[in-house]
Amino acid sequence: MGLDQWIVLAIGLAAIVWINWYFFLARTPAAAATEGSADAAEVVVAVRGGYAPATIQARVGRPLRLIFDRQEDASCSEEVVFPDFGIRTFLPAFQRTPVEIRPDRPGTYEFTCGMSMLRGRVVVA
Amino acid sequence: MTSAAPQTSAAASRASSAGRPRDTVVIPVSGMTCAACQGRVQRELAHAPGVVDANVNLMMSNATVTYDPAVASPGTLVERIRSTGYGAELPSAGRTIVEEQEEQDRSRAEEFRRLRLRAVISLVAAAVAMLLSMPLMSANMRMGFGASADPLLGWVMRTLDPSLSHALPWLYALPPRAVEYALLGITLAVMLWAGRHFYTGAWAAFRHHNANMNTLIAVGTGAAFLFSVLATVWPELFISRGVAPDVYYEAVMFIIALILAGNALEARAKRQTAAALRALGRLQPPTARVLRDGMEVELPVEGVHTGDLIVVRPGERLAVDGEVESGESAVDESMLTGESLPVRRAAGDRVIGGTINTTGSIRYVATTVGADSVLARILRLMRDAQGSRAPIQNLADRISAVFVPVVLSIAVATFVAWFIASPSAPVVRGFAAAVAVLIIACPCAMGLAVPTAVMVATGRGAEMGILIKGGEALQRSGTLHTVVLDKTGTVTEGHPAVTDVVRARDVLTDDAMLRLVASLEQASEHALAGAVVRHAQERSLPLVQPERFEAIVGHGALGTVDGHALIVGNAQLMAAQGVSTTDLHETAARLANEGKTPMYVGVDGALAGLIAVADPIRPTSARAITTLRRLGLDVIMLTGDTRRTADAIARQAGIDTVIAEVPPEGKVAEIERLQRGGRRVAMVGDGINDAPALARADVGIAIGSGTDVAIEASDVTLMRPDLAGVSNAIALSRGTMRIMKQNLFWAFIYNVIGIPIAAGALFPFTGLLLSPILASAAMAMSSVSVVSNSLRLGRFRAA
Repeated sequence: MGLDQWIVLAIGLAAIVWINWYFFLARTPAAAATEGSADAAEVVVAVRGGYAPATIQARVGRPLRLIFDRQEDASCSEEVVFPDFGIRTFLPAFQRTPVEIRPDRPGTYEFTCGMSMLRGRVVVA
Repeated sequence: MTSAAPQTSAAASRASSAGRPRDTVVIPVSGMTCAACQGRVQRELAHAPGVVDANVNLMMSNATVTYDPAVASPGTLVERIRSTGYGAELPSAGRTIVEEQEEQDRSRAEEFRRLRLRAVISLVAAAVAMLLSMPLMSANMRMGFGASADPLLGWVMRTLDPSLSHALPWLYALPPRAVEYALLGITLAVMLWAGRHFYTGAWAAFRHHNANMNTLIAVGTGAAFLFSVLATVWPELFISRGVAPDVYYEAVMFIIALILAGNALEARAKRQTAAALRALGRLQPPTARVLRDGMEVELPVEGVHTGDLIVVRPGERLAVDGEVESGESAVDESMLTGESLPVRRAAGDRVIGGTINTTGSIRYVATTVGADSVLARILRLMRDAQGSRAPIQNLADRISAVFVPVVLSIAVATFVAWFIASPSAPVVRGFAAAVAVLIIACPCAMGLAVPTAVMVATGRGAEMGILIKGGEALQRSGTLHTVVLDKTGTVTEGHPAVTDVVRARDVLTDDAMLRLVASLEQASEHALAGAVVRHAQERSLPLVQPERFEAIVGHGALGTVDGHALIVGNAQLMAAQGVSTTDLHETAARLANEGKTPMYVGVDGALAGLIAVADPIRPTSARAITTLRRLGLDVIMLTGDTRRTADAIARQAGIDTVIAEVPPEGKVAEIERLQRGGRRVAMVGDGINDAPALARADVGIAIGSGTDVAIEASDVTLMRPDLAGVSNAIALSRGTMRIMKQNLFWAFIYNVIGIPIAAGALFPFTGLLLSPILASAAMAMSSVSVVSNSLRLGRFRAA
């Protein structure tokens, strides 16, 4: 193998390591503490190629209102699904859509887009 | 507003507290940007007259106000908010499921049109680009560079080049540099206009450490584009290394065009998955003709209240649920119950909103309106079912979570492998293969495999009068071994009726005997007595009040009617009263063996005859049970009734296994016993008396009768009291499982085979390299084919 081949091999390996580090290990989603309101905890989740914040902390037994602010019209994010709560809601583009859940048990509840590609989770403690 | 917990979603609701009526209204407020704005509106509302409580929500941009309707109104509250300088609107009514669906449909239709337009224009641009690049490629060929960037385009070019150079000589006369820059411009325009959402979506996801389908398309086409730009601007870099300065402009445009076309088809197919929900939503007529002060007034359906008297003419649709007060008609309930023939409805019968009155005219009293109506509950159940997930999806979900980064890694590895191992044109071949890997990989089909099947199957079920709670219920129903049927009300009608009237002597006619017995039994509360009275009433026999009545618990009754001394009951009662039953002893035994309950009738001290009462088997039961058997299911009947009655019914219905004399609380234990034997068990019952057993079974199937269905209580609810629904539900679930497995298999295998081929796994053996353009076509078709496969469930026919 010539030098250029060694170089390409090294760059390629580095790229693969970086890809896996960036998408799997470097995921440090800012866990957003929820703000309070009279009847339920609330948090605005921006929907644009993903959910920001992607991890939301909530308290057991307190209703949680996630306000999805869909800032795009790409069809990928048009639905949000909370499988544990049997919720599938259409999110109109460029609008805020509230989804209310009532986590009665501690645990991690995932929410995804209609095709399970975009992911977020609610950590209930 | 969607909520997992029950709550009022209407814009205004009324509650009463301490005797004073209070209304609550949610008013959208615009222009608030900070907590200070929120406080300003909040204070203004709190001081407004009549306001009990005000809560302004900055994030939702609205105000929830509880007020005394005698003092304030939504209008005055809106004025009050406007006086602070912020915008406020009168609230529109809460978004219903139908409206939500319509909005989604509109958005999907618009998306389809947008995608189609972009796909068509990109396709035209790509075709023009291909034509323009012909001379470039043939020039590269003549320069001695062999491998073309895209094998497909290379083939097309070699095929067309000779004739094209004859037909369009001017094309070959164009200056190559100018053509390349023109191509660059067209491609950039197509990428930025038609494919922009791929790049913005990929970037947005990247910022969140996420990767999705957009990432693959953006990286694939982006890399191809940058490579081409380099070849255009600095061709010497390539030529000096013996590599053709090939450009991929037309490939980039074809890829974008084909993926857009695939997305457009997918958007249209996905729209069809909600067809059943849409059709149900359209059943609700907007208005109803209500009798007010003796006048017929046409009111919007929201204005109809419980207790209103509604008039329905032939051919009209019923607006709300109710009970017929007068008139008689045949009502077509097929759209809700799946019952194909119109059902006769007369005074006292329940009717369902959304069904069609066919021939007669009826007046009926509204019983349930709005969100409580049968139609609204069905819609809610369907919406929830379609949002549910099936456990079979878990594997697909785990794969999609890691899919894109893994594919990106494979693409890099592909390039490196080609670069190191390829004997000729390592950069070009490695690059084409890496792009093909990125483009062919499609996580979408995996994500669509299960949800689309659940959507279509629950919709088709609803059309057949079968309401399935969700993906998990579908999956469990598709893997059952045993079906346990409750007897009363499930296999049988559930209402005892007179089946035989037998005379011992020719002293009294049948009707005369029946009239005497029914008159006496009017005073009784026994179920068997009720059957005799109903039978007499159906025959229009004039009943009289008994002069004397005495119930002998567990045996029968005696008394005096029209001066005759009457004894009605079993053999022991007759013997105790000194009436001989010898003449009819054999008849009684025969009837008992048929599952009927014979009652001897003694008149003035002598045996007059006997009347047999039974809970008759439903006419459809035997056939449905045969179908269940044909599906390979064990059928068991479970009943609290006596062994003899149970056996008789089982014989008529064609059931081999009978578990009789089980007390209500023992049914759960029987289900558990079957489950311990490794069987997956469905329990079919009326949903009210059998609720614990339904809950314990793997699948609880509630058999209903239109209006009084416990829709939320079971996994599967049949809108029609017909066991055929059970076999249909199971067959539909099995069909759905089959479709889901096909979809998942196809989605997996597509990637498992497609990615290595794109990477060039076949090249060492066959010299075959996959064109990135073909890869994009395959990718676009993979999700369309999965959705189309799911749509086949919409054509499911009864088993």
